[in-house]
Amino acid sequence: MGMATETQFHVLAVDDSLIDRKLIEKLLKTSSYQVTTVDSGTKALEFLGLHEDDQSNPNTSSVFPNNHQEVEVNLIITDYCMPGMTGYDLLRKIKESSSLRNIPVVIMSSENVPSRINRCLEEGAEEFFLKPVRLSDVNRLKPHIMKTKLKDHVIISTDQKQENEEEDDDDESGKPVLQSQEEHQQRQQQQHQQQQQQHHHQHSNSNKRKAMEEGLSPDRTRPRYNGVTTVV
Amino acid sequence: MDVMSQLRRQLLEHTAFLRKEGFLDDQFEQLQKLQDENSPDFVVEVVSIFFEDSEKLLNNMAKALEQKIVDFKQVDAHVHQFKGSSASIGAMRVKNVCIEFRNYCEAQNVEECFRCMQKLQYEYVLLKNQLEYLFRVEQQIRAAGG
Repeated sequence: MGMATETQFHVLAVDDSLIDRKLIEKLLKTSSYQVTTVDSGTKALEFLGLHEDDQSNPNTSSVFPNNHQEVEVNLIITDYCMPGMTGYDLLRKIKESSSLRNIPVVIMSSENVPSRINRCLEEGAEEFFLKPVRLSDVNRLKPHIMKTKLKDHVIISTDQKQENEEEDDDDESGKPVLQSQEEHQQRQQQQHQQQQQQHHHQHSNSNKRKAMEEGLSPDRTRPRYNGVTTVV
Repeated sequence: MDVMSQLRRQLLEHTAFLRKEGFLDDQFEQLQKLQDENSPDFVVEVVSIFFEDSEKLLNNMAKALEQKIVDFKQVDAHVHQFKGSSASIGAMRVKNVCIEFRNYCEAQNVEECFRCMQKLQYEYVLLKNQLEYLFRVEQQIRAAGG
């Protein structure tokens, strides 16, 4: 049967600013995502079916992949600076939850604070976007969603695909490749190790470090700071 | 030149002017690019929210600065929000005043904060007038069948 390419992926966007919610919603819809926006971390957790007091109970989650009655969320994108529960707090709660921890989380912030970025990435955020977010940022979301989707599909179709896909192991282009669960996990570990190395060496080439780059990378031609120092 | 072409030229020239003078930056163009058949009034909608938000924030800032004992954290919180929303729509000059303003909040300098707030109000009103003009021209283009 293979992957349903017509499936719209569902993104949950969290931001206390109405303007930014409108913006991110439009950016995501333009990129063919289904979007739900909420204005706080608390509301996000409610939507995800996670209540403050029963984090580890998977039955309360509305995101269990095989449960077709509930709304599935494929990615969460959240602002960092929010009153009450910050984006970081939300990220932690999600990663602490056995039912939600596999959902990729992306953090957005208007401020480029390296220690903040590091903290989020180390806590498990996939990416850190500097605001204002653009279409080119949203285009980077797909691979993170596919990583998770892949896990789900591999469970279903391991036997059929294993023979065909062995040569494709070297494919680093980011296209979804069906592998056996073992190979997939190995690849995940490899990627994770690579990421950890990148964290430690602070390679500015890493995609995740986009916000920290001092100079302009070749594909980014717009000036980030307009000659004005950002106040931390 | 027919009316339509004149109007379109007016729109282009005025937008270029606003960019050149620093009222607007790249981000405004991003907003315009997002506008499509599904959301034909996207820019106006977002900017309208910005206007409402801004007026509230400016009021809150003024009130906070008028207190006998100024709560700079509170003032800074309002300016931070204003900075964010102005950045989101590409209001560069407004955003830059916000950045300066935050420095003075951190320094807890009441006089400079007041000065910044006035500057902010000035830049905001200027921008609002400019954008409203822009939207009027766009409306005329649409009314003329464009």
